[in-house]
Amino acid sequence: MKRLLSIELQKIWKNKGSRVLTLTYFILLTFIALIASIKFDLGVFKLHLAEMGIFNFPFIWHFNTYIASILKLFLAIVIVSMMANEYSYGTLKQNLIDGMSKKEFILSKFLTILLFALVSTVFIFILSLILGFSFSSYTEIGIVLSDLDYLLGYFIKLIGFFSFCLFLGILVKRSAFALGFLLVWNIIEGILKGILTYKIFPDSTIAAYITQFFPLESMSNLIVEPFSRLSVVKSIGTKIGIENIKDYGVHFYSIIIVLAWTLIFNLLSYRLLKNRDL
Amino acid sequence: MKPLETILSIKNLNKRYGSLQALKNVTFDIHKGNVYGILGPNGSGKSTTLGIILNVVNKTSGEYSWFDGNMQTHEALKKVGAIIERPNFYPYMTAKENLELVCKIKSINYAKVNEKLELVGLVDRQDSKFSTFSLGMKQRLAIASALLNDPEILILDEPTNGLDPQGIHQIRDIIKHIAAQGTTILLASHLLDEVEKVCTHALVLRKGEVLYSGLVDGMSVNQGFFELRADDTENLISVLKTHPAVKNSVNEEGKVLVYLKDKLEPKELNQFLFENNIVLSHLVKRKNSLEEQFLELTKNK
Repeated sequence: MKRLLSIELQKIWKNKGSRVLTLTYFILLTFIALIASIKFDLGVFKLHLAEMGIFNFPFIWHFNTYIASILKLFLAIVIVSMMANEYSYGTLKQNLIDGMSKKEFILSKFLTILLFALVSTVFIFILSLILGFSFSSYTEIGIVLSDLDYLLGYFIKLIGFFSFCLFLGILVKRSAFALGFLLVWNIIEGILKGILTYKIFPDSTIAAYITQFFPLESMSNLIVEPFSRLSVVKSIGTKIGIENIKDYGVHFYSIIIVLAWTLIFNLLSYRLLKNRDL
Repeated sequence: MKPLETILSIKNLNKRYGSLQALKNVTFDIHKGNVYGILGPNGSGKSTTLGIILNVVNKTSGEYSWFDGNMQTHEALKKVGAIIERPNFYPYMTAKENLELVCKIKSINYAKVNEKLELVGLVDRQDSKFSTFSLGMKQRLAIASALLNDPEILILDEPTNGLDPQGIHQIRDIIKHIAAQGTTILLASHLLDEVEKVCTHALVLRKGEVLYSGLVDGMSVNQGFFELRADDTENLISVLKTHPAVKNSVNEEGKVLVYLKDKLEPKELNQFLFENNIVLSHLVKRKNSLEEQFLELTKNK
């Protein structure tokens, strides 16, 4: 396992493009902390985000994992290109000839995905702890450590998304086209969701029931948007008469769906690799 | 003769690409210590055959086994050095880094990296990126990479393709040097000349079929050759040496193959041997049509 990881990390780290993207990703993650310094002063209306409670425990887990997962696209590019490059350089062929099995090849990519997801999660955990202890109104250990399931959701979300990217890289073999495919897929899901929600099953939950099984939709369902949960927004909502009954939790069944997709994508990747002549 | 160690054994290998039959019942064995050439024009199935045994092309049917089938293909490939068509490395890594990656894949330490770079004359350029190399240098790096594990067998697919005369010469020298150390080599080429120069055994393919499999010497003679068998093989060979029309004779698994310089009829040979107190138990004269087949092969090119 260590051997496979070290092979893959060498391939990524020695590549300038991948190295820059990976570093950019982690630097941008730390920029979440900068949100704390956002202050609007419009005379009557004063907005200081850090004081609005976004860094309060346990809400901070939700807020930070949601914001951080937007940045996952940076690593997605690294993963897609590390796979597509193996085709364009002909090194996939050479790796197999040198004595790597096809299973080991996929495994080395998947282990890297796991590592990326794990490092991101640990990174966000530490960053949130620091931000939380600096700005949160509550720092009792019980409150700090509640709602940690958002971190689990984040971890699973990254693994699912990166596995999808890996699969696209193998399927399409060109990084630009694979990323384009990802975008197209996103649009297709959006259109399907729109049709199901507004045309076929209006005024019922059937559409949501079906769309939760779509790959990208299932990943975004893991961590829903946190903004409407902010106390300020909520109080405005109650004032104008909208009762907020949205469920913000990380659900067990969402995790299962994404894990199922992860398994499917990796098995499909392996199958493609196994059946294709190089 | 002691039985030769079999490195690779291929039986009835078939490969179909849609309606195209790329390989038809290809069967041959590779024994330790020999230098084999696979000859054939482009598209005759050389690369497909190598691709299958190297785990990058899926066979349609048939069998192949490495080292008497004692290990899985990818494990066996760690003891094999192979270069296919063009050198494939990571362009953004240096020569040394690329070789170190191969070491990781083959699960060996970096001890041999420098030695092999020296062998192919790339020590000076070890810290240059692969993308800055000329084709000849890339090909030499590929050979260094294939030799990293001191492989049991070295497989080369058109190693001199696209190189200038100097590059071709360098590569051939390296191959001869490796062969001289006793490494088994399997070389695919469409150049008869190349195979003749470096190989001891040859396999001729055309349209996926094996036309000839045996010694290179047996392939290029135009006088035909004899297959003989007698009780005392050694005596037979020493007597054959005294005959003026005999070029050389080789003992192959109990059969003696006699290659000729001049025309010799079976009757004459039999009489000559009988006069030297040798009674043959087996005598066949083989007409060799390979020359013609070769002309056809090269014509197709």
